[in-house]
Amino acid sequence: MIHAIFEYKFLQNALAASILASIVCGIIGVIIVEKKLVMMSGGIAHTAYGGVGLGYLMGFEPMIGAFIFSACAAMGIGFIKRKGGAQSDVIIGLFWSLGMALGIVFIAFMPGYPPDLNSYLFGNILSVTKSDIYLMLILTFIVVFVVIALYNNWKAYLFDEEFAFIIGINTAFLEYLLLVLIAMTVVVLIRVAGIIMVIALLTAPAATAGIVSSKLKNRMVYAIIFGIIFCVAGLWISYVLNIASGAIIVILSVIFYFSMYSISYTRIKAKRKGIAIRQELS
Amino acid sequence: MRKTAVNIEKLSVYYGETPAITNICMDVEDGEFLGIIGPNGGGKSTLLKSILGLVPITTGSIKIYNEKLGKNKTLFGYVPQFATMDKNFPISCLEVVLTGCIKGGLSPFFRFAKKDRDIAFDQLERVGIKKLANKQIGELSGGEFQKMLIARALAVNPKILFLDEPTASVDASSREQIYDLLEELNKNITIILVTHDLMAISSKVGRLACLNENLVYHGKPELNDNIVNKLYGCPIDLIAHGVPHRVLREHGEEK
Repeated sequence: MIHAIFEYKFLQNALAASILASIVCGIIGVIIVEKKLVMMSGGIAHTAYGGVGLGYLMGFEPMIGAFIFSACAAMGIGFIKRKGGAQSDVIIGLFWSLGMALGIVFIAFMPGYPPDLNSYLFGNILSVTKSDIYLMLILTFIVVFVVIALYNNWKAYLFDEEFAFIIGINTAFLEYLLLVLIAMTVVVLIRVAGIIMVIALLTAPAATAGIVSSKLKNRMVYAIIFGIIFCVAGLWISYVLNIASGAIIVILSVIFYFSMYSISYTRIKAKRKGIAIRQELS
Repeated sequence: MRKTAVNIEKLSVYYGETPAITNICMDVEDGEFLGIIGPNGGGKSTLLKSILGLVPITTGSIKIYNEKLGKNKTLFGYVPQFATMDKNFPISCLEVVLTGCIKGGLSPFFRFAKKDRDIAFDQLERVGIKKLANKQIGELSGGEFQKMLIARALAVNPKILFLDEPTASVDASSREQIYDLLEELNKNITIILVTHDLMAISSKVGRLACLNENLVYHGKPELNDNIVNKLYGCPIDLIAHGVPHRVLREHGEEK
């Protein structure tokens, strides 16, 4: 495998894609998990399928279409949620399926033989092209820059939105900005995990990091590290076995999360028991 | 004559088509300690949030020191309801208080100065939990958490302090400490406190407002049966001020 990385361009691209994906996943994933926006991210991701379809139909880069659709979905969900009057999970559900439906319709309208959309749905890290890498690089840079630049504002906003609003932080702007960042993250992840499995990659490393650390900054760092481990290991397995990379990466990260969860659970239980016994003795 | 800190004229707030509060007229003077009581769902929190600008006003007006709402944001210190907070958020006690030092707008690459840290430590000392500064908030008890929220509100250096149920889910001794602290703070700050707990309204409150959709009573902290009946819809035990009267006998903490 290591020898092959130096030899094959597509493997180098795949490796670069996994690292970029892990960085955005780590940072945005921790925010999503803390802010309980997992399902909303799922909705934004699935809406992207409509953009992929439109890209194929109109003859432009499907990833650009995916980004436009995700960003519009993010803004739309955010706007309706803010205005009130409708349950946000209903809106998310509608956007979710509308995006998929539009994708199917656009593809159906395409003249000639329909393209293979599996790599968008399930991810295929081994088919990442140079131009994908450039797009991912730009989006990753924007996400990292925005989060670091406004770090203290984010922290105040995430912990207590109302208080942040009262001290004069523009929380409406931050909310929309966060949704757009999620849309960007989703686009970065589509190539690696696919539209359907984006949620796992967004949540598993962040949730695992949540078990390991109780500091926001450290959680992001750990989530990035876990992400890189899952992605590179998944990449290697999918290269060897020739299976869609997204599936392997998701299976690895979910298994890892559940094993970490059970380890920490048994440890807390043992600790609690220990304290109780000690107190009984004294 | 004292200035008017908060002036509320014919305020109504509706959630959808349900009224939360209707036709409230009330003045809060500068330096006052106002307690707002009323049953659950009586619109106490809604009133507080509409003054803070968190809930849109349906009709009426609110003026803060004679200016329209929204301009004077730095005047407000807010202590939200404990129950609505995320106690497992990965943040330390000091970091929470520091968020009170953030200036309005968006400040890219904002780093806390030494001055901000000093302010945060001073406020933590003031509420008596300086030694817990570096603990994660998940490790704090109910009382400590509440004190941390008060320290954060004070870090803003507010002229008006708003507290929403500050003694709910707080142990008895912390409750005493919080009321003593509020009395001390009231020398310089106007305080508006919301609670559904009649027992919690101690003699420290200067004026009382009773809210059950409408403003039932507003004045000196002396309730009579008539007001309480109107407020809660049924006669309940009154807590007479100055007279020790408890429904339950006080019991100390178990060792």
